[in-house]
Amino acid sequence: MNRFGILIGHAYMTKLRTKSFVITTAILLVAVLLMGNINRMIDMFAGSKQKKVAVLDKTNNLYGPLKQQLKTVDKDIWLVQAEKSESALRKEVLKEKYQGYVVLSLDAAGMPKAVYKAPNLADTGTTDSLEQALQAVKSNMAAGKLKLSPAGLSLLNSPVSFKSVNLERDAKSEAELAQARGLVYILLFAIYFAVIFYASAVGMEVATEKASRVMEILISSVPPVQQMFAKIISGALLGLTQMAVLLAAAYATIKQNINHLTGGFFSVFGFSDIKVSTIVYAVVFFLLGYLLYATLAAFLGSLVSRIEDAQQMMMPMTFLVMIGFFLAMAGLGNPSAGYITVLSYIPFFTPMLMFLRVGMLDLPVWAGLSGVAVMVATIVFMAIAGARIYRGGVLLYGKSNSLKTILKALQMSKEA
Amino acid sequence: MSLILERVTKKFGAFTAVNDLSLMIPEKELFGFLGANGAGKTTTFRMILGLLKPNEGNITWNGRKMDYTLSPEIGYLPEERGLYPKLKVKDQLVYLARLRGMGKQDAVKELKYWLGRFRVEEYLDKRVEELSKGNQQKIQFIAAVLHKPKLLILDEPFSGLDPVNVETLKTAVAELRDQGATIVFSSHRMEHVEELCEHLCIMHHGSPVVHGELREVKRAFGKQNVVIHADFDLEFLRAFPGVVRFKKTALGAELQIDRMEAAQKILDEINGKGFIRKFALEEPSLNDIFIEKVGASYE
Repeated sequence: MNRFGILIGHAYMTKLRTKSFVITTAILLVAVLLMGNINRMIDMFAGSKQKKVAVLDKTNNLYGPLKQQLKTVDKDIWLVQAEKSESALRKEVLKEKYQGYVVLSLDAAGMPKAVYKAPNLADTGTTDSLEQALQAVKSNMAAGKLKLSPAGLSLLNSPVSFKSVNLERDAKSEAELAQARGLVYILLFAIYFAVIFYASAVGMEVATEKASRVMEILISSVPPVQQMFAKIISGALLGLTQMAVLLAAAYATIKQNINHLTGGFFSVFGFSDIKVSTIVYAVVFFLLGYLLYATLAAFLGSLVSRIEDAQQMMMPMTFLVMIGFFLAMAGLGNPSAGYITVLSYIPFFTPMLMFLRVGMLDLPVWAGLSGVAVMVATIVFMAIAGARIYRGGVLLYGKSNSLKTILKALQMSKEA
Repeated sequence: MSLILERVTKKFGAFTAVNDLSLMIPEKELFGFLGANGAGKTTTFRMILGLLKPNEGNITWNGRKMDYTLSPEIGYLPEERGLYPKLKVKDQLVYLARLRGMGKQDAVKELKYWLGRFRVEEYLDKRVEELSKGNQQKIQFIAAVLHKPKLLILDEPFSGLDPVNVETLKTAVAELRDQGATIVFSSHRMEHVEELCEHLCIMHHGSPVVHGELREVKRAFGKQNVVIHADFDLEFLRAFPGVVRFKKTALGAELQIDRMEAAQKILDEINGKGFIRKFALEEPSLNDIFIEKVGASYE
């Protein structure tokens, strides 16, 4: 095996076997599985519990229709007609025989009204369901009074049709946006964490080698530039390994639970329409973002003499990633905003902002590719500059303060 | 097979680290490289290894310029020791040897031999950070020699070791030379150089002040030591003609003289003044030469 291969293999295997890598992957895997199965778990804990609610019907003819209507609204609520006084009911509720009780009567217009009393009103689901059922009872009664046919009633009750259509050509419809948002949101998080995590891991690795002085043996065996790229590549492989594991797990759970992940929260953050292209773009932009930031981290790491200084040295880089992430989060609500479009071509923000745009909007292919091109050009430039700084940086020991040390490293690189 | 430095100069900005250095280091020899801190030793080593480019001059190993294709032939023990603290001895030494072009199996075999030789077999699966400093040093030495280099560069190989381990390492170094390795080593301990090296070079402020064969160097120095143990005061010899240095000792005095004849005159002078237990004419030690050449700047 050639030396470059040995370098990559060593770096990859060493990191793959570290406890921190194994544990992080395991935790993330568990998190993905939990997230994917969250609805099932909620059902498991809360689903089978029947809620018993007592009804004190002062009119004597509302209980029947209410029970009827409630069946279609919420099967978990079990109504019991109480023949007792309110104070007796109150005692039974406090003894937890019932979750609460509802007092039904008629208002001045002869329409039903209800008061729900319970020691704990945190469960809004019960009151909502009761209200909804009673609303239906009321509608029926009102219809009867107005002599409305059932067809007339359903016409009255049917919701108005309201759709919003975006006039911009590259915009997705609101439903499509909602469908894409969940996936893009999660992948943005993944890109953010992966770039920060893996890029700074490369920087720390370089700093460790320098601080422990094993660097001097290494650079006398293998050219520093080869070492730098071996580290960057092995980090990318490691990141892809972890991403592959997690994406596979996420895909499997989401596909399996696809019917549970709709409605409520998921109508805004949807998964129902997973596009392969979005995943591909995510992997591509993760890789590009990683390559850019890892190159940055590698040469920043090469400038420090003590491991304690490494974090500080990489601080500006971390800020850049964070700014990109926050911009992307802000843009999630309005991905076609002008500032997002402009900033998505600034290489340090491209991985997240361009991904946001291609994920959320129907961009023409050239837009995504031009983002890729901007990134590739920047990476090539950074790699050449970074390699020169790295070559000099690894020979420098002493106090490190970014800009001055970079210049010194460039000078040293000419000497080497 | 030899290492040749021709009129090598290295400048860092306005500072000249190595100035017009020419050396011929014969093959299969132990070459001593001496100098005070900051004399340019490490810079010279880094140039030999190809880590730094000289501003002027050439460095060749067997007629070839130093580059990374030669890396399998070269072993290096840096002055600042360092290994991966979290890696096991076996993993990292095999890795380093493979980077120098050695096969995995060979590296393991050779590693076991060396660990056995230093009587630290049990460290094979230990992490480096668990070892004592002296033992880390042994591991570091093994890292430099594992791949059987033909040119071995040892920067202060014996510093920080106890006398027993210094002996173990010295024997190993001498043996490597006998097996055909060319070894350049630097040291602050003159007696090690005196004991091991035939050729040597003393650097001072980037320039070689002494260079050549040990015997020649001593002869050319022109000064010799006179050791006298006597029962009477020798203070009057301090101003004696030919005496360049006078040091009073518990048993008498040690003098440095600048010409041979002075010894005879001193003997004549003290004869009859009292009981003389010892009168000896000794070769200058490398220490004397070093102090003379490098002077007060050396601590």
